[in-house]
Amino acid sequence: MIWDNAFAISIIPMLLKGLWVTIQLTLLGTLIAAVLGLVAAVIRRLNIPVLSPLVSFMVIFIRGTPLLIQAYVAFFVLPIYGISFNAFTTGVVIIGINYSAYMAEVYRSGIQGVPAGQWEAATALSLPPVRTWCRVILPQAVRTVIPMLGNYLIQMFKDSAVLSAITVVELMATAQSIGTSTYRYLEPLTMAGALFLLVSYPASRLVNKMERRYAPKQ
Amino acid sequence: MHPSNDSYSADAARPDAAFPGGPRTDRITGLPTGSAPIVAGGPIVAFDNVSKNWGENQVLKALNFNVNPGEKVSIIGPSGSGKTTILRILMTLESPTDGQVHVDGDVLWNVKHGDKIRETKVMRATRRKIGMVFQGFNLFPHMTALENIIEAPVHVLGMNKAEARDRAAELLQLVGLGAHMNHTPPQLSGGQQQRVAIARALAMRPKVLLFDEPTSALDPELIGEVLNVIRNLANSTDMTMLMVTHEMRFAEEISDRVVMFDHGSAVEGGPPEQIFKNPQEERTRAFLQAVLKH
Repeated sequence: MIWDNAFAISIIPMLLKGLWVTIQLTLLGTLIAAVLGLVAAVIRRLNIPVLSPLVSFMVIFIRGTPLLIQAYVAFFVLPIYGISFNAFTTGVVIIGINYSAYMAEVYRSGIQGVPAGQWEAATALSLPPVRTWCRVILPQAVRTVIPMLGNYLIQMFKDSAVLSAITVVELMATAQSIGTSTYRYLEPLTMAGALFLLVSYPASRLVNKMERRYAPKQ
Repeated sequence: MHPSNDSYSADAARPDAAFPGGPRTDRITGLPTGSAPIVAGGPIVAFDNVSKNWGENQVLKALNFNVNPGEKVSIIGPSGSGKTTILRILMTLESPTDGQVHVDGDVLWNVKHGDKIRETKVMRATRRKIGMVFQGFNLFPHMTALENIIEAPVHVLGMNKAEARDRAAELLQLVGLGAHMNHTPPQLSGGQQQRVAIARALAMRPKVLLFDEPTSALDPELIGEVLNVIRNLANSTDMTMLMVTHEMRFAEEISDRVVMFDHGSAVEGGPPEQIFKNPQEERTRAFLQAVLKH
């Protein structure tokens, strides 16, 4: 098989459309993951009977099973029980929940990294718990983990290709479908890979920059 | 600036020249001024048979220890003697294993051996009468000096923001950092951070202010500025002050009473002249000899 330049150029618009879906998946998925992960991390730390162990179990469960299986179950099994959404929505929610389990761990390390003296100062000032969390602990905890969250965003960007398996027409699925309809896989797959790289490389440079900027001070 | 402050006249002889704004006792503590200390109402801090165990290790042994209102008490002793634990129990950062602690007539702790420790409403209310200055400053690093100070007055006492700011500015002036109110802790030296921390504690108008080795984490050249602030405070307020320190000369200078601790109990206590010049107990003598030698 020899590289066909004209063919490669002709499929660029389709691939860019796929890339745009991938980016949307990633941004919405990260949003869900960042919020759910934070909630999960705080609940675990609060040691609430029943609820905290339950959240811990879910984190272990989600981290311990492949994203592909979770996506399949959500898309092909849950509709049997009347829970069904379109492929894109299912994909966003599943990848968001999946990554929330990892982000919960990241937040946990951030929360643990806040010195005990900060909690003690909050107690000494009689700050109420909600205020202590929102104004004292979390701003410091989140700040230190922002680069790690950024890394997960980049990883999700690439992982979202898995969602092609549940018919989300993102970049990978677009490349695949071009391949099956034209019997040419070299150009679409190569160019899809190049597009992933084109976005993820600058993004990881940005994360590196953030790492320096948000390095713990004091 | 405040030439006439009638209520202060009883203390007029005290060296408060270092306070640019005059004594202003009531504005610092929020307490009625008068010829301190007022002992009539009994002790403001009372430890009754308080024990604290860490596993096998008994940090406090059935401690009985009182502090009178307005008294400035320094706690000295070797490390591991339980001195810091006393402050941490008062600030509810640690719970006693057994015993009772009263503050200003209210129960802070009432624990029997084996009890499950729970934070109570009374404890939370009582805790507000106490402030603490930590060895490691513990300022909130992501907030400016001003924000550090107004946080609790606004969100705990419900003070309005403008009033809290004015007071914070005043307190920063008091600790000599009026020009630094918009600096964040990483932009301040250790001594400056500790002075902000003192202002932050004062902003809550505590009746009892605890100092846990306030200069131990500081470079030698920064210790003086913090001691000056504490000294001025001690000389000009009716606030009760309880300090754990290794600065023996300072303790001697500002304290009404010095208490020597060893192995979880008070070995002896008394006026600084007595403890430092004429200690009655062998352990006190040995300790002072060891720390004053260098």
